[in-house]
Amino acid sequence: MNGWTLWEVFVRPRRGLSHTHVGSVHAPDAVIALRNARDVYTRRQEGVSIWVVAATAITASSPDEKDAFFDPAADKVYRHPTFYEVPEGVKHL
Amino acid sequence: MTADVADIAAFALRVGDDALIAAQRLGEWSARAPEMEEDIALSNIALDQLGVARMMLTYVGELASGDEDSLAFRRDDREFRNCLLVELPNAGPAATSGAEGDFGITMAKLLFLSTFQRLLHDGMVASTDEQLSAVAAKARKESAYHVDHASQWTVRLGDGTDESHRRMQAAVDDIWPYTHELFAVDDLSVRLDQAGVAPAPETIRPTWLDLVDAVLAEATLVRPADGWAPEGGRCGRHTEHLSYLLAEMQVLHRAHPGAQW
Amino acid sequence: MYGNDFGVSESLLDQVDEAERALVAAAQRRTGAGDTTDQGGSASSGVDLQAYFDAVIGADQKIEPRDWMPDSYRKTLIRQIAQHAHSEIIGMQPEGNWITRAPSLKRKAILLAKVQDEAGHGLYLYAAAETLGISRDELVQMLLDGRQKYSSIFNYPTLTWADIGAIGWLVDGAAIVNQVPLCRCSYGPYARAMIRICKEESFHQRQGYEILHTLAHGTPEQKAMAQDAVNRWWYPSLAMFGPPDVASTHSEQSMAWGIKRFSNDDLRQRFVDMCVGQAEVLTLTLPDEALRWNEERGHHDYTQPDYDELMRVIKGDGPCNRQRTAHRRRAQSEGAWVREAAAAYAAKAQARATQDEQTPEDAVAGVST
Repeated sequence: MNGWTLWEVFVRPRRGLSHTHVGSVHAPDAVIALRNARDVYTRRQEGVSIWVVAATAITASSPDEKDAFFDPAADKVYRHPTFYEVPEGVKHL
Repeated sequence: MTADVADIAAFALRVGDDALIAAQRLGEWSARAPEMEEDIALSNIALDQLGVARMMLTYVGELASGDEDSLAFRRDDREFRNCLLVELPNAGPAATSGAEGDFGITMAKLLFLSTFQRLLHDGMVASTDEQLSAVAAKARKESAYHVDHASQWTVRLGDGTDESHRRMQAAVDDIWPYTHELFAVDDLSVRLDQAGVAPAPETIRPTWLDLVDAVLAEATLVRPADGWAPEGGRCGRHTEHLSYLLAEMQVLHRAHPGAQW
Repeated sequence: MYGNDFGVSESLLDQVDEAERALVAAAQRRTGAGDTTDQGGSASSGVDLQAYFDAVIGADQKIEPRDWMPDSYRKTLIRQIAQHAHSEIIGMQPEGNWITRAPSLKRKAILLAKVQDEAGHGLYLYAAAETLGISRDELVQMLLDGRQKYSSIFNYPTLTWADIGAIGWLVDGAAIVNQVPLCRCSYGPYARAMIRICKEESFHQRQGYEILHTLAHGTPEQKAMAQDAVNRWWYPSLAMFGPPDVASTHSEQSMAWGIKRFSNDDLRQRFVDMCVGQAEVLTLTLPDEALRWNEERGHHDYTQPDYDELMRVIKGDGPCNRQRTAHRRRAQSEGAWVREAAAAYAAKAQARATQDEQTPEDAVAGVST
């Protein structure tokens, strides 16, 4: 309506953690979007770093593709560390 | 040469009153900003200013008498020591009481005030007065954010639409005369400078001009010529606007003398 | 500050924490249908989609934005989340009314922060609503046109400073009782927004309670001011839980979908039971002579609010409906030139960047502090 667009906001809560999606803001450009995100989503020191991404720049998987998209990973249990038996007595692995 | 306690108190009162009256004007924007996100930003800045005001007025109370509330709510306009710029209505210097706020005016005021505050706080960090130094160390980060906010908006309004350019230039023209008072020299400022309590205001102006000029240039705005330079706030001679502001701010507190809230 | 006197609120916050833990736990469980690899048919046929949706709801898991959902579920959520967002934004007015006159600098700071939070909560909720495929601009327009409602409570005036206390204690208190169950709502973005909001709201309720406590233990004039505010806000607060269950039009389907978890009357009763003890600590009286403990029911009996009045206020004839809407419209129209300027500047900046044959303005920006 007034040319402001939607920006998705990702916040890194603390050092060592990944950025997590927290919501969105409206802004005319990236600079203001970042400032708006700071004011809206980190009023209580909830973050040490913020990303804003134009909502239109995000490509998402479609739920209709759910099976085809995620199932190939479902049978690759070897990607998970619990797949492997660790011999007794081995430490720091 | 060590500073007189009364001088430190008088200075803290100027800084505290600037922040208090600025916070009061920004608070008037609540639920009225041009966009909801901006409502939150203006409240943030108001809260920062109010925080500085409370620390400063509390310090004045310790050095002289009273506390933050007696100083804020039980002084008359002739006893306030804020600069005229902060008391100007959100609708502009020529507006009548209660007129709808003009975002351009508020951004022009904020740009000029917060750039001044940032430089003042930078200088105050080295103050021989520990309390002032501590407040400044905290406040300078907040001031930097206020400068950034005002700069971003000045640029967008100045270099936005034809209408916004016209309005922002008018706002800058309206507010400019009131910036001179920020750098005015008087006996107090000289003594404070000599005692290492606070930087001499006139030494701040060149840097202030550089910073403000850069923002105005990016905003495609013209810096107004220097000329009329209203002043009087630092010795309690204010515009007619301050009394109305105080009438609203103090009404409830004054209606219940001695009450706790 | 009054945390120790405030057993019920503590437990409300605990309930929010529990809801958050449940949300995490549910996310770690596998859904019954759909997520398993041996799911036969493609998920594109309508029957399977409905079955998948039902299975997710049945397993008490969350529906997420791009999941298929029944149209009526989507519409119900949009209506409810938008109404909730509008309430936060309109609710800034009655409280903001006292920012410039707050009687101490501490109270001024708290109230500024609180009203600022309301704006933030409105934005969290608009963001949640936008995941359902409707834009905030459309929602705001519907508010300004009167096509969508906001909580009727904000159509009452804040006449004295004590009203700020009463709003915090009673209105925010009622809102929390209403909202805590929404932390378990079946729609993920709404549930997550509500968890965040409820955590922040607990400060709102306590600051209101503290204001009233201070007034009630202050001068006789202050105590009278506090009692007057409680008298005026009590019944409108009870009405916030909506019409009685027998007359509620949306309840049944919403319960089945996991959007709503308790009936209007159950929540109202919970609120009354909470408030009685809190009022005693305040040394203020709830304005209901019929209010008494009913041993048999294990609850307080109380006088119902005037639901005819509630309907009149909802329809637009409360003391402040016109004022609140006009205020919002004015803010919107007065700010138009600013929003347009920012958009024009962004377009110019983009054009300049392209002209300079630099890479187009990054869609991603980041800051670390």
